[in-house]
Amino acid sequence: MTDQSMTSEAPAQGRGKPVAERAGIPVGLKRAALLIGLIIAIALPFMVKNFTIFQLTTVMIYAIAILGLNLLTGFNGQFSLGHSTFIAIGAYTTAILMEFGGFGFYATLPLAALFCFIVGFLFGLPALRLESIYLALATFALAVATPQLLKSAPFEPWTGGVQGLLVFKPEAPFGIPLNSDQWMYFVTLVIGLVLAFFAVNLVGSRTGRAMMAIRDNPIAARAMGINIALYKTTTFGVSAAYAGIAGSLSAVVVQFVAPDSFTFVLAIGLFVGLVIGGVGSIPGALFGGAFLVYVPNIAEELSKGLAGAAYGAILLLVIYLMPAGAAGLVRAIVMKVLNRRA
Amino acid sequence: MTLEVEGAGPSGHAAPSADGAGAPLLSVDGIAIRFGGIVALDGISFDIAPGEILGLIGPNGAGKTTLFNCVSRLYTPNEGDIRFRGESVLALAAHQIAGLGITRTFQNLALFRTMTVRDNVLVGSHPQTRSGFLDDALGLRRGEPDRTEIDALIADLELEDVAGRLVADLPTGTQKRVELARALAGRPKLLLLDEPAGGLTHGEVDDLGGLIQRIRDERGVTVLLVEHHMGLVMSISDTVVALDFGRKIAQGTTQEVQNDPDVIRAYLGSSRQ
Ligand SMILES: Nc1ncnc2c1ncn2[C@@H]1O[C@H](COP(=O)(O)OP(=O)(O)OP(=O)(O)O)[C@@H](O)[C@H]1O
Ligand SMILES: [Mg+2]
Repeated sequence: MTDQSMTSEAPAQGRGKPVAERAGIPVGLKRAALLIGLIIAIALPFMVKNFTIFQLTTVMIYAIAILGLNLLTGFNGQFSLGHSTFIAIGAYTTAILMEFGGFGFYATLPLAALFCFIVGFLFGLPALRLESIYLALATFALAVATPQLLKSAPFEPWTGGVQGLLVFKPEAPFGIPLNSDQWMYFVTLVIGLVLAFFAVNLVGSRTGRAMMAIRDNPIAARAMGINIALYKTTTFGVSAAYAGIAGSLSAVVVQFVAPDSFTFVLAIGLFVGLVIGGVGSIPGALFGGAFLVYVPNIAEELSKGLAGAAYGAILLLVIYLMPAGAAGLVRAIVMKVLNRRA
Repeated sequence: MTLEVEGAGPSGHAAPSADGAGAPLLSVDGIAIRFGGIVALDGISFDIAPGEILGLIGPNGAGKTTLFNCVSRLYTPNEGDIRFRGESVLALAAHQIAGLGITRTFQNLALFRTMTVRDNVLVGSHPQTRSGFLDDALGLRRGEPDRTEIDALIADLELEDVAGRLVADLPTGTQKRVELARALAGRPKLLLLDEPAGGLTHGEVDDLGGLIQRIRDERGVTVLLVEHHMGLVMSISDTVVALDFGRKIAQGTTQEVQNDPDVIRAYLGSSRQ
């Protein structure tokens, strides 16, 4: 993202090569898209109903969790069908600290991230021994166990059992003229942007290259001096921290945490969002989040009785039309337009 | 390119020291390794002097790749020791070997196929750089390798035109050069090449011989070369070691090994070729 890296890429692109060999969407175009997207994102909450603002906030929250999952699966090649667990841990950390610890929401957010990082890192240790599909199964087991653990007697005094916990939604501070939906929308937007900034930096750096090298060829990665155990467990921790932040935000946005919000259906939903958005694409996470929020509603409208089937049909259609996810489709279209003009 | 030639003589590269004056860069000392019933290596010993190109030959299944894997610490020998500049490498983990100054290529290309050529080479510089998740997430770019050095390396191996391409899209000959560039990006003192000529055209093999010598001369890299292409091995090696069925059957100059009766027998009598 720095100028240094741009100039070092430039000669490779400019030297009269066939245009079809262009490596990707030009940086300038990406920046323009980001800027336009930002302007729209800032304007939207002043143009739509509160409920729509709430939905858009939820899209961003899902996108944050999908971004974390993408770092793990898309960039490091470790499968997880259990990220609902880390969302739950983040959500309950915030809810419990606010309910019993007298914490303000903002203080709980980094604690939720840190706690999830530690749990994710620790889970990553035994995960080192598991090949991809077995890791998927192990994480799935985690997702299945989580709601029941939250309801179980030893935890009930803290988690509120089946009832869950009510969470107080913060108002805009310093008399800023925004209602609480608008305020949480902007809080989520800023946090999401910061996390996306970290993710972009990470994947373009030494660390990101090591993560991807491990994904592509672990034996060669080791021979290049990469400490696989360190990178895999840390990536697991980072990924869990992203999910934990998403969970923490969701607790206050929904104003409620309950075990049945964090079933394996959520875990699988995140995986679907990852694939729909585009595995290995950072902006793709937003598409994935939008899919998770809006497609079930669309399916419901198509047919009340057969909403599940309609959802499945839409999912299949989307996968058929965009085999590389939404990000892949956008990239293909942009490249086509660029190549035609050149 | 400013690479220090540590351990090499003042002339740029030391000739193989028959007088034993220079300490060996690598000592393979009686290593043996078994896989179930198969004895893949059976008490192999030899030294490599700094600046040398040592050719390691032998029929299929002789144990050449297994030896590489022991030096890279992908395998742990059952017996014996491997010392690099006098220190045993067996105490180290596989990921610590590159940082020590030993890098390698693989017999059947082991590239990061969905990454670009440049990124593959950059991964090779991993041991040269330090920076963790936090530095990198914050974009501090503390761990970035020297871009001019990487660019020079890419240019040196004639990979500029494909630097931004995905490795998987390139022909074998080019992929082999990417592996070489990636191994050199780790600034090795010892380079292990496992059948670098495999899958190359005649012309490419001729170029490769010159390239390996140039790498040794210009970068002061000692080379351990496994190769079936006898023309290549015999034209550039200072010393040749021949293996058969996990045993060392000959060691000497290219002349000596070519005329060694055991070597001739191993190659002629081998229906495994
Ligand atoms: N991981 C392993 N498990 C079991 N046997 C192995 C393993 N690695 C090597 N071997 C065996 O060790 C012997 C030596 O194999 P190696 O690959 O080192 O031969 P090579 O000299 O590199 O042959 P080639 O010229 O065909 O590459 C073979 O019999 C091989 O089957
Ligand atoms: Mg071999």
